[in-house]
Parts: sequence; C-alpha cells; structure tokens
Amino acid sequence: MRYTFLLYTDPADLAHMTPEDWGAEKEVYGAYIGALNAAGVFVDTDWLQPVSTATTLTLKGGTRQVQDGPFADTKETLGGYFVVDVPDLDAAMAWAEKCPAAKTGKVEIRPTAMGEG
Amino acid sequence: MTDAARAADRVARDSYGRLLAFLAARTGDIGLAEDALADAFAKALETWPRDGVPANPDGWLMTVARNRMTDRQRHVARFHSNDEVPDMAAPEDMQTLPDKRLALLMVCAHPAIARDLHTPLMLQTVLGIEARDIARLFMVSPVALTKRLVRAKAKVRDAGIPFAVPDADGLPDRAEAIFEAVYAAHTVDWVAPSDSVGEEALYLADLLVRLLPDMPEALGLAALIAFGHARRHARVRGGVLVPTDAQDVTLWDCDVRAYAGRMLARAFALGAPGRFQIEAAIQQVHMARAETGETDWAALNQLYHALLQSAPSVGAAVAQTVVTGKLHGPSAGLEALDGISAELGADVQSIWAARAEFLAQLRAWDDAAHAYGRAIDLATDVPLIRFLEARKAEVLDRI
Repeated sequence: MRYTFLLYTDPADLAHMTPEDWGAEKEVYGAYIGALNAAGVFVDTDWLQPVSTATTLTLKGGTRQVQDGPFADTKETLGGYFVVDVPDLDAAMAWAEKCPAAKTGKVEIRPTAMGEG
Repeated sequence: MTDAARAADRVARDSYGRLLAFLAARTGDIGLAEDALADAFAKALETWPRDGVPANPDGWLMTVARNRMTDRQRHVARFHSNDEVPDMAAPEDMQTLPDKRLALLMVCAHPAIARDLHTPLMLQTVLGIEARDIARLFMVSPVALTKRLVRAKAKVRDAGIPFAVPDADGLPDRAEAIFEAVYAAHTVDWVAPSDSVGEEALYLADLLVRLLPDMPEALGLAALIAFGHARRHARVRGGVLVPTDAQDVTLWDCDVRAYAGRMLARAFALGAPGRFQIEAAIQQVHMARAETGETDWAALNQLYHALLQSAPSVGAAVAQTVVTGKLHGPSAGLEALDGISAELGADVQSIWAARAEFLAQLRAWDDAAHAYGRAIDLATDVPLIRFLEARKAEVLDRI
C-alpha cells in the first residue's frame, strides 16, 4: 500500500543556507533514501521551494482567483514529501519515525487513494 | 582506530573539553568560549609551524582564548554592562586548571534544555564535534540542528543556567540525565553503524567514570557501552546482522572487553545495583561464550528478571522470552511471548521476530514465514532486514 509522508518544517530553520549547508542536508536525506531503497519501499520524493514561491489558484465561486502565496499561512510549512510502498500504517509509521524531518518538524502520513503501486 | 591513535585522540579531546569547560564556566557563555577557543586553535595552526610548538600547548591555547574572550566581551560591553571581564590566571599546565567538565555536562543535560539536545550538546562542547557531523550521526537536518544548538547555548547564557555540580541530594537525578544522554549516544547506530559513534559514546562514558568514580551506575554505563563497542566488528557481516549468540568471538575486541569487565567489577564492589549494571552484566554473560564456548541461559534468565523489575521495557521483555525459549523450549517461549503481546498489542517488530524464531524451531514453517514477513515489514534497520530475509528464505525452503 502506498503512503505519502508530507514533511512540515519551520522555514526559518532553512533560511540563509550556504551551498555547504545544502550539501550536508542532502547527505542526511540521501542516507534516508538509501535505507528506504535498501528495504525496497522507496517510491518517490521531492523537495519543495520555499512558500514564498507558492501560487494558489481557485475557480471556486465561479471566478478565477490567484493568490500570491501558500494556501495556508502557518509557522511550519510543507517542505517536501516521500512516497513509500509498505504493507500498512504500522510499517509506514516505523519509516516516518526515521525521517530526518520528524526530528525537527512534523511528518503527516497519508495513505494514497490510488492504492497499490 | 589503533590503541595509539585512540590514546592521542583522547589527549586532544581531553584538552579541548577541559579548555572549553573552563572558559565557558567562567562566563556562562558556551558560544563565546567556543569562538574564542576556535580562534586560539586557528592562531596555533598559523604560528606553531613557524615558531615551533610551545612547551605548554594547553596553557598557550588558554591564554590566547582568554584574551579573545576579553576582547569580545569588551566589544559587546555596552549590551551587557553588568558583565565584568573575568579575572583568569594563566595556568602553568592543565593539571592546575580546575576540571569543569562535570559542570559543563550538568548544563548540557539540564532539565531546562530540550531532552533531544542533551546528547548533541555534549558531543559538541565536550568533544568538540561539529554540529554538521553530529547531525549526520543522528540523521537529523544539519541546518536545523545547528540553529537549535545555537539557541540552546543562548538560553544557557541568558537564562543563567549555572555551571555547577549539585550537592549530594540533587546529584543522582542530574547525573541520571547525563547517563541517559551518554546512553543515547551509544544507541545511535541507525542506517550507518559507524565506529566513530561508538568511540564518542565510550569516550563520554569513560570521562564520566573519571569525573564520578564512586557512582556505580556511571561504572555500569561505561561497562555496558564498552561491551557493546567490543562487538562492533562482529555485529554486521556482509551487510547482515549477526545476533550476539552467533557472532564470531574472535572478532570481539579483547582490550575494550577487558576494560568493560574492570568497570563492572568496580561497580559491583560498590554494592548498589542499577539498570546499567544489570544490562552490562547481561552483556558480560553473553561474551563469556568466548571462553566457555556456550551461553549461560540460566544466568541470563535471572538478570533479565532483575532488569524487568528495575527498568521494564519491551526489548527486555522480548529478550526474556527468548531466554525462556532456550531454557524450556520454543513452546514455552511462545507462551511467554503471547503474554506480552496481549499486553502490548501484537504489532511490535521485535515480538514478530522472536515469534518467527520460535515457530521455525517448532517446524511450523508457514506460520514462521508469515511472522518473519511481518518482522521485515516493521523493520527499518537494513542489516536486521537482511538477517530476517535470510531466515525467511531458509524457512520457505522447508515448505
């Protein structure tokens, strides 16, 4: 069964990053991806640009409205995601616990509606 | 790391930790002391190759760092008008410098500091490890950890957390927090079990024994960590986890194991048993197999019983059912396991792994394969997954 981990982190933590900082971040996440791959549960991941780059659009109410910014203005923002293929929620939680974002932010675990991979 | 390299490393670390603890304790400002010491080391790299290493390198570093701190404090004096520039005598050598590392450890594991920062703070201040390297060990965002450590050190300074060792009444609780943080350093081995994490944990535990020589649990913790560290080369072979009772004993580190034995003997002589001593004793019984060729499961049964009384945990409860299985057969083990899974809910990784092992011994191949599968699903440690997959394949061959 597929689960998506939505990684919510404080963007203040990631402000003013040097290329070395990015390298160090990628190394830690790379180790996590490596473990997911070794266990055969990795499907996909990506890292989102900061919410300052977000554009939110709706046609609800009949007119096209475009908002400069994220849908919800919160202290912790959606910074990236992982998709894993594991048997059930207990297994998904075991992996979410190991996600670097869980230690400094929050990881929301959502089963994917399309189900089987 | 060779013994000589380890000794040299220890000397370098001892002097870093002592210098930093002394500088930080005088001002209450860890960040200021770190910056000043970093400047002093940079200056040493610049001048020592040119002018030769001074007769008393630590005294030299201390003098330079102290002067840097004074400069910086004068610079910010208008913001902290009540701070007097501390009066610090230049010590002749490190022996005359008061060892403030216990006070520094008390600050790192202070109840007002977030618990998950205790271990990183210790590694950074006492051992001088960079935040980025600590983040790699803990699998946490390096940038976020760096910021949290900076904020924690600012809190120590601004909230006035004292660099003090509590009196006899307060000491046990505060020491307990330090023990927990050192133990946490020891148990960090997820994803990339690296020798260096073990070395750091062992260094901290050994330092605690030197700072608190009469605390039985400090000795017990040093023994526990050292017994584990002695098996580091035997624990994973070819990427596959090897359980302790199946490890090649010739791969165990004799020196580290002997050290562990000495620490545990000293702890027992003090006559106050505790959780870490019991856990260390369990390791000692396992490792006696190197001489006797067998495992004393009856002794382990008693020790796990004692451990469950003093520090109940799922791991210890499952381990005891494994001992029960060894002593009284897999059916008895399975029955004991049913008891704890009824209490905890069945979906615990270690319970499935133990269940699978018992079912395989009972030749219930289908059930064993299913239990191994579930243990694999819930595992996140890759060498453990490889081990369970190999066991499952063996079981499937029998079907």
